[in-house]
Amino acid sequence: MSLFNAINISATNLEAQTIRLNTVSSNLANVNSVSDTAEDAYKPLQPLFAPMLNEAQMGMGSEGAGVKITAVVESDEPANKEYMPGHPMADDEGFIYTPAIDRAQETANMMDASQAYKSSVEAINTTKALIMRTLTIGR
Amino acid sequence: MSGLDKAFGVSPQVLALRTQKLNLLSANIANASTPDYKARDIDFRSAMSTALNESSQLKRTHDQHFDINGATTGAPVKYRVPSQASVDGNTVEMHREHTAFMENAVRYQASANFLDSKIRALRTAIKGD
Repeated sequence: MSLFNAINISATNLEAQTIRLNTVSSNLANVNSVSDTAEDAYKPLQPLFAPMLNEAQMGMGSEGAGVKITAVVESDEPANKEYMPGHPMADDEGFIYTPAIDRAQETANMMDASQAYKSSVEAINTTKALIMRTLTIGR
Repeated sequence: MSGLDKAFGVSPQVLALRTQKLNLLSANIANASTPDYKARDIDFRSAMSTALNESSQLKRTHDQHFDINGATTGAPVKYRVPSQASVDGNTVEMHREHTAFMENAVRYQASANFLDSKIRALRTAIKGD
């Protein structure tokens, strides 16, 4: 049991939220990516969060658990099919495929990730202040 | 309980429990986006009374045994009841975690200050100036 534990736990969240922000950036950057088949269209990425449990803890421990991203999965939402015969990427029937990215959802995801990141930074700062205070006990 | 331990009062146990609480609250904040994560916390009042009773009930059977005082093993962890449950099964409510975290930090500092002044008083007594 130590204060450094709290810093490590918060740091796991910084990493997880960074990955989440990266997926959001990737999704938003590819809003206009076009392909000529539904399979080749960009698939929106989604991180999967899970608590990081030590083997000894298995959820019963008296210490908290950090967070980790178990996988970044591709969404199985079908790509949008648009009829644009003049488009250079159009297939034989004149269709192009754009990724099924929900901009509102991605933006909300981004805001939530940045808030969560800030919260953990704040937690780290407070913990650091407590550690420094503890070091000066009895000085 | 030896003289020095008695002089420090309950502060060492408080710091240990506050540290455990801080770890749990950090974990809650870190897992705010984890589906099905259940927010956890300790009941400080009952944990504190257990910690104090433990140290007074365990008798030393030999002079050279260490005093158990201050060596708390960690309080039992409980799950928080959410005021507004979320759809993904996560029970972390950021406002509650933040306020609890800050309150815990301030109380930790208070205990550290008490410990500090006790040590200072002891030093003054030892040095006599």
